[in-house]
Formats: sequence, structure tokens, C-alpha cells
Amino acid sequence: MLTAVLLFLPLAAALLLLFVKGAAARALAFGASLLEFVVAAYAAFDFTRHGSAAYNLNYSWIPSAGITFHIGLDGLSLLMVLLTTFLVPLILLSAFKRDYDNPSTFYALVLFMQTGLLGVFLSLDAFLFYFFWEVALIPIYLLAGAWGGERRIAITLKFFLYTVVGSLLMLAGFVYLYLQTGPAAGSLAQHSSELSAFYSLKLSASEQSWLFWLIFAAFAVKMPIFPFHTWQPDTYTEAPAPATMLLSGIMLKMGIYGTMRWLLPVVPLGVSQWQKPVIILSVIGIIYGAIIAIRQRDVKRLMAYSSLSHVGLMAAGVFSLTQIGLQGAVIQMLAHGVNIVGMFFVADAIERRTGTRHIPDLGGLTRRTPILSVCFLIMLLSTVALPLTGGFVGEFLLLAGMYQYNAWVGAIAGLTIIFSAVYLLRMFQRVMLGPDSSFSETITDLTGGELLIMVPLIVLVFWIGLFPNTFLHISEPAVTNILALVGR
Amino acid sequence: MTFAVSRTFLFEANMTSIILLSVFGILNLFLGFLRSNKVLLPGAMLLLLAVFGANYADWNVVHAPYFNNMLVVDNYTVAFTGIVLLTTILLLPFSRSYVVAGEPNLAEYYALLLFSLVGAIMMIGYDHLLMLFVGIEILSISMYVLAGSNKRDSRSNEAALKYFLMGAFATGILLFGVALLYGATGTFVLSQLATAVANPANASLQPMLYIGILMMIIGIGFKVSAAPFHFWTPDVYEGAPTFFTAFMSTVVKTAGFAAFLKLLAVALPAAQGFWMPTIQAMCALTLLLGNVGAAAQTNTKRMLAYSSVSHAGYLLIGLVASKGVLTGDAASGIFFYSLAYSIATVASFGVLKLVSDHRRHDGYAGLNGLGKTNPLLAFVMTASMLSLAGIPLTGGFFGKFFLLAAAVGQGYIGLVVFALIMSMVGLYYYLRPIIAMYMQPAPEDATPVPVDGIQTVTLVVLALLTIALGIVPGFMSGIL
Repeated sequence: MLTAVLLFLPLAAALLLLFVKGAAARALAFGASLLEFVVAAYAAFDFTRHGSAAYNLNYSWIPSAGITFHIGLDGLSLLMVLLTTFLVPLILLSAFKRDYDNPSTFYALVLFMQTGLLGVFLSLDAFLFYFFWEVALIPIYLLAGAWGGERRIAITLKFFLYTVVGSLLMLAGFVYLYLQTGPAAGSLAQHSSELSAFYSLKLSASEQSWLFWLIFAAFAVKMPIFPFHTWQPDTYTEAPAPATMLLSGIMLKMGIYGTMRWLLPVVPLGVSQWQKPVIILSVIGIIYGAIIAIRQRDVKRLMAYSSLSHVGLMAAGVFSLTQIGLQGAVIQMLAHGVNIVGMFFVADAIERRTGTRHIPDLGGLTRRTPILSVCFLIMLLSTVALPLTGGFVGEFLLLAGMYQYNAWVGAIAGLTIIFSAVYLLRMFQRVMLGPDSSFSETITDLTGGELLIMVPLIVLVFWIGLFPNTFLHISEPAVTNILALVGR
Repeated sequence: MTFAVSRTFLFEANMTSIILLSVFGILNLFLGFLRSNKVLLPGAMLLLLAVFGANYADWNVVHAPYFNNMLVVDNYTVAFTGIVLLTTILLLPFSRSYVVAGEPNLAEYYALLLFSLVGAIMMIGYDHLLMLFVGIEILSISMYVLAGSNKRDSRSNEAALKYFLMGAFATGILLFGVALLYGATGTFVLSQLATAVANPANASLQPMLYIGILMMIIGIGFKVSAAPFHFWTPDVYEGAPTFFTAFMSTVVKTAGFAAFLKLLAVALPAAQGFWMPTIQAMCALTLLLGNVGAAAQTNTKRMLAYSSVSHAGYLLIGLVASKGVLTGDAASGIFFYSLAYSIATVASFGVLKLVSDHRRHDGYAGLNGLGKTNPLLAFVMTASMLSLAGIPLTGGFFGKFFLLAAAVGQGYIGLVVFALIMSMVGLYYYLRPIIAMYMQPAPEDATPVPVDGIQTVTLVVLALLTIALGIVPGFMSGIL
């Protein structure tokens, strides 16, 4: 039951929000998201002691087509649920800092999206997974499209079309797999779309080869992997800050998570066939994103390319198909989620104060904003993967996994740390340090309310950095299980 | 004795819906003096609800065919009749502004609407080709008049004339097809046709049979606006009053597809080798022309007209996947798709009518900023657009899913891939109203569109139905 509560609590709050206005809307939205986090934390606590059996819910959903409403938790999905429920209250708090039109609709869409995201992480039925995958898209499209910047309409349309086309391909792949279950030429009711039914299919290598790309299309666009990334920098830049945080902090992880649960174990032969090309694309993405990030003059855009570069590393780690690489990807999903949300929050804080994100217009901000600078620096150093921070653990494990796969690939991918140090520290220098700009004297430091958002993020950065075992321990059985299925 | 017969008709036999509709249609003609929607609209809605209930009472009840195999009432008939009745009930509240405009012949419109429903039900329940023809004619002649009901508008006149000329021509071809089929087989009754077509002794008559089948496909293809017989659709849909456009694109199409499937599945399964490639080609062409045509439009009503062509294409996939069987996944898929499509189409035309009556603008720009001025209208329109586009959370997604999964299950992978590509094109134009409503600013002088109580309730019901079909489709899926 707790799983269902976890899944539908944000939705219920979102529906309630349609009838609430003003300050009560803020209280309701934040209260619901906080309650959701408490539920998730309780589930995590309970899960580590009693295992996942109690979280498995399986109802018949569409009997005439053999489709079930099957949700459940394992270590991997638990961590993603924790990340989502942890970040959403902070993202909502950051949304309170700005006066958006129709605020209650804005918050309702954020919570609605949370249900979509959680559904993706909890689903154990292919069509349910696809259902939530698209449910997560509609609110973020409206958030970015209705509240975004100048060029929002064309850019969000591109984003929407890109992702829907990707997911339709995935759906086509799922339909094919679904029709392979049960008796051949049976009616729809005799087939099954459950994950376990997909795992037990015996498909030929050539089938798996093209199925791989159908399913991977959705994940590759969502992450995004080079060369499917062209929607990403524009969308991240134009979307309002909370939407960017949702996109980069959580939605991106849908792609990695989907790969781990719905791609690797389902078409293992296809994976082994395409492993090398995908890793090469990922590594190209790492280098490409980093080089372009160096040239950026817009803070948000720079962070968008940095995210592109980092997600490439995560994808490459997953496709190394090593225990350490997958575990690295899991921990890096958490660390990256925390880092990127923190970074975008700082960027938004600066933009709210100065009215600009243009790097050459900024400079010398640090004198009046010591707290802001420290927060920014911590998030930035974690992204650069400095030891003691979450980013370090994630990238170290990922690179170790890559190295196990191929030493040269590992070495090239390792450039990501150097590159990110170059563009991020350079940005920090030009924005926060450097010669004074017109804002140097007038800018104000982070307020208590803003610090309330940064402190949990900073705590988590160090928690992941110092005690990664808390999380690795949870995901280990799930990752082992996935790799066992891949090697079958 | 006469009494006993009529008793059978009214209570045991389920001719109830046809009889009720005809009688009240005639009664309506005498109510012309009322000239008031205050009586006519609630009256018509109550009547239709009663008919809907009478129709529902026949679910899972086995009846022998009526009048020497003229009509048959089975679950298939009940299901599709349910769709056309529900659609009409939900559409009626949007007829209101005709009164405000001082329309003098209101009662006639309601009467014609009821008569056309009789035609639709006959098209769904026919067991005899002449009944099919009579049903199509009753439906069409009412629609010719209704398309031109806005008689001071030259575009409405053009629509009526175009629809009438083309439609009369198409029914002529259909009737010729019926005649040839009769010539080749010696019967009008569907089940006997099936036996005669399958009989190898009739092989020498095959050319006549095939030409007859082709002519019937052309005639019905015209009515459901399947390419290449769709060319009239955009002009007629655009010119006709929005209320009747909505009726045409839902009731006529649903009844047309029910008739189409029954013809192919019951009468002509043995001629599959001939009609299957024909339907497949029509399907691909309809999908292509409908979607590409819709993407090129800047007028919401015209876009919806082309979109209704494209939906005929998806439904044709159902005909292909049915492989000549009236039950099972494909038939259930066609039912579900028609239902989801009808609801979404009624909702979108309803919103469009309210908005364009108020703002006097049919283009996408006419919807600008609706999210601010009328959040409810914008929400209903968004749900409908997403449903028509086939995005999850809405009935349209499962409609497409059931049809396409059934088609893949039968091995028509090429057609399904093409349909998927076309539905990606569809995304582009269905998003445009959403973009206009939420992402474009409202015009400076924009005032909220007036919506009365019953319209509000209907819109909420429509949106809830669309979402219910998208979240718990189980209650309507796989019922045939």
C-alpha cells in the first residue's frame, strides 16, 4: 500500500492545488512534497530492514490486453525515489522565490510531474512504464512552454517532438516484445507486458539488435546522448529555473534508470552487440559537451553543456556492464542530481539579483556575497569531482568501470574531470571573482530562505562524498541482479 | 393481434431506440411554434438519455434478426449505437447559440438530428444491404440540410451544395455496388452473401462481384472521408456550422465504420484477397493525406477536418487487422477508438464553437491566451488534443494502442510503422492549439468566453471521460 501512497500522494496534492490560491497553495504544495519525502524516507528505512516484498503491488489494469498495474521497489528504484522526493520540495521552495503567473497551477504541474517520475521508477509493467514516462513529459512541457523565456515556444516544441518520437519508438519496441510473450497468434489478453515476462523471453540476436535501438531511442533522447542532445541546451536555458532543475536533476535520470532496468536485461545480446558504439558516442558526448561549455557566455547554458558532458560519463559507465560502473552510475545519478539542482539554483539566485546570466556582464560578486560564493563553490567542486564530495565518488567509480572495460576509453573519459575544472572554475572566476561589475556593490547575499534550500543539498554532497556506502549498499543487490540478467 | 405485434416491437424487441427517435422526431416538427431552446434542448437530451438507456438494456440480450433479416440487434449494434447516442447527448448543449442568433427553424433542426440518428442506427444494425442504403440515405439527407442550416452564410451554402452533390454521387455508386453484389450472389442478406461469395461455383461471377465490392468501398469510403474520397471534407467541415461539423465528424464516421466493418467481416470475409490490399492502400493514403494536410492548416476548424480524415486512416487499420472477424481485438479496438475519438472531437469542436462565436476568429490565434481567460475551456481542449494525438493519460492513446497492437499481432508491421510515423506528424499540429492557449498572450481586449451551466457540466464530463478512458480503459476495452 505504501507504494501506492508514494505514487499518488503528489497527484492528489496537485489536484487539490487547482482549488487553492495564494499563500495556502504554497503551503499545500510544499507540505505535500515534504510529506512525500517523509513517506519515502520511511519506506527506505523499512525497506532496508524488511526487504521489498511488501512494496510489490500487482493489480489487473486492462485485462483484455493482459496489462497489469504492477509497481514495486528494489534498491535501484528506491534510490531514485529518494532522489526525486528529496529534490522536489527544494525545487518548490526555489519556485517560491519568483512570482510566476498562476502560481498554484505551476506548483500543481510540478507535483503532477513528480507522480509521473515516481511512476517511471516504480513501474514493473512495460506499458505502465511507458504511461508514466509520457505522464512526466506533459507537465514539464507546459512548465517550460508557458513560463519559459523569449524563445520558449519553438524550443519546447522541439523538445516535445524529440522526446515523444523517442518514446514512440520505445513503445513500438515494447509492443513487439509484448506480442512475443504468451502463445503465438493469441489474442491480446493472452500476452503479458510485465517486466518479468520480458526478462524470460528468448529472442534471437538479430531481433535484439534492432530492438535495442528502438528502446534505446527513448532513453538516448532523454539523457541525452550525443547526437540526440540538440534539444537539451536550448530547453535547459529557456525553461524557468524550477523546470530546468526537474529536467536536469531528475528527468535525465529517467534515461539512465530506464537503460538499467528496461534495456540491459531485456535485450542483453543487443546490448553486447552495440556496447562499443554506444560507449564511443557517450565519450564523444563527454568531450563535445565539455569543449562547447568552455565557450559559453550564458551561465545556464554553460551548466546545460556541463550536464551533457556528465551524463555522457554516466551512460558510458552503465554500458561498461561492470558492477563498479553501474554502481558508479547509481551514485553519480544521486550526486549529479544534487549538484546540478544546486548549480541551477545558484544561477537563478544570481539572475534574480542582477537580471542577467551573461557572464561578461558579471564579475566581482563575491565581496558582498560570501555565503553565496561558498555554496556555489561547493556545488561546483562536487561537479568537478573533488575528493570528499559526492561527485568524486560517482566519477571515480564510473571511471574505474570504464577502465575495466578498456583502459584507453577510461583515459579519454577521464578528461572530463580536467575539462569540467577548466570551464567551471573559469566561470566561477569570471562571475564571482574578477574585476568588479556594475553589480558588485549592490548585490545581496543569500537570504535565510535560500540557505534553507542550499543546506540540505550541501549536506547531501558531503554525505555521498564521505559515506557513499549508505547508498551503494542499497543499490548493490539490484545492480548485481541486473548484471546477472545481462550475462544470462 | 396488431396490439401483440406492437407490444413486441416496443418492449421485447429492441427496435425501441429507432421507434422512439422517429416518433419524437416527428413530434418535434410540431413543436416548431415553441421556438425556444428552454423546452427543446432539455427535452431532446432527456429523450436521448431514455433511448440510451433502452439501448443499454439490450446489452448481452440475444435477439433474432428483425423483419426477415433486415436489422439485427446484437452487442455490436448496441455498442456502436451507444457511441452515437452518447456523442449526440454530449454535443447538444453546444447548440444553444442558434437560439440566441434568433434562428426561426430550431425545432426542424432537432427533428433532423433525431432522424439522422435513426439513419445512423440503421447503418450500424443492418443485416441487409438495402437497410444499409436506406440508413445511409436517411443520415445523409439530414446532413445535407443541416450543413446548409446557416443559410445567410455563403460558405455554409457552398458546404451544403458540395456535400449534397458529392454525397448523392457517392450513394449512387454505393447503390450500384449493392446491385452488382446482388447480381453476383442473388441475395442482400449478409450471412447469405458470405456463403455465396465463398462458394467456388460462383467463381465465374467474380469480376462482377469485385466491381460491386469496390463500388461499395468507394461509397462508404466517401461517407467516412477515407482518401482518396476525402476531398470534400475540409470545405464542407469548414463551411458547415461548427455544431453540425462536430456531428458529421463523429456520428457519421462512427456509424460509417460500424457499417464498413460489418460489411467486410460478415458478408465478405471470403473476398479478403480482393479487399484487403484495397483497404490497406486506402489506409496508407488516408493517413498520409490527412496528417500532412492537417499540418499545413492555420485554421483550427480546418485542421480538425483534416484530422478527422487522418483518424479515418487509423480506423482503417482496424479494418485491416480485423481480417474479416466481427469480434475480438480489432473490432474492440475500433469500438474503443471510435468512442475516444468521438468524445475528444465533440469536446474540441464544442470549445472551438464557444470560442469562435465569442471571438469571431477560427484560426489558431483565436485561441490565444485561453488558458488565462477560460482555464476550463483550455483544459478541456488540451485533454482533447492530447487524446487525438494519442498521448497517454487520454483515451486516444489506448485507442491507438489497441488498434495498432491488434494490427501488429496480425503481422501488418509495415502499416503500423507508417501509422506511427504519421502520428508523429500529428503531434505537431495537435500541439498548436495548446501552444496558442497557454503560451501566447491573450489579445488585449479579450474577455472570458461566456459558458453556461449545462455547457460547463458537459465539458467537464467530456474531459473526465477522455481521462477515464486513458487511465482505466479496462471498462470499455475488449468488450466485443
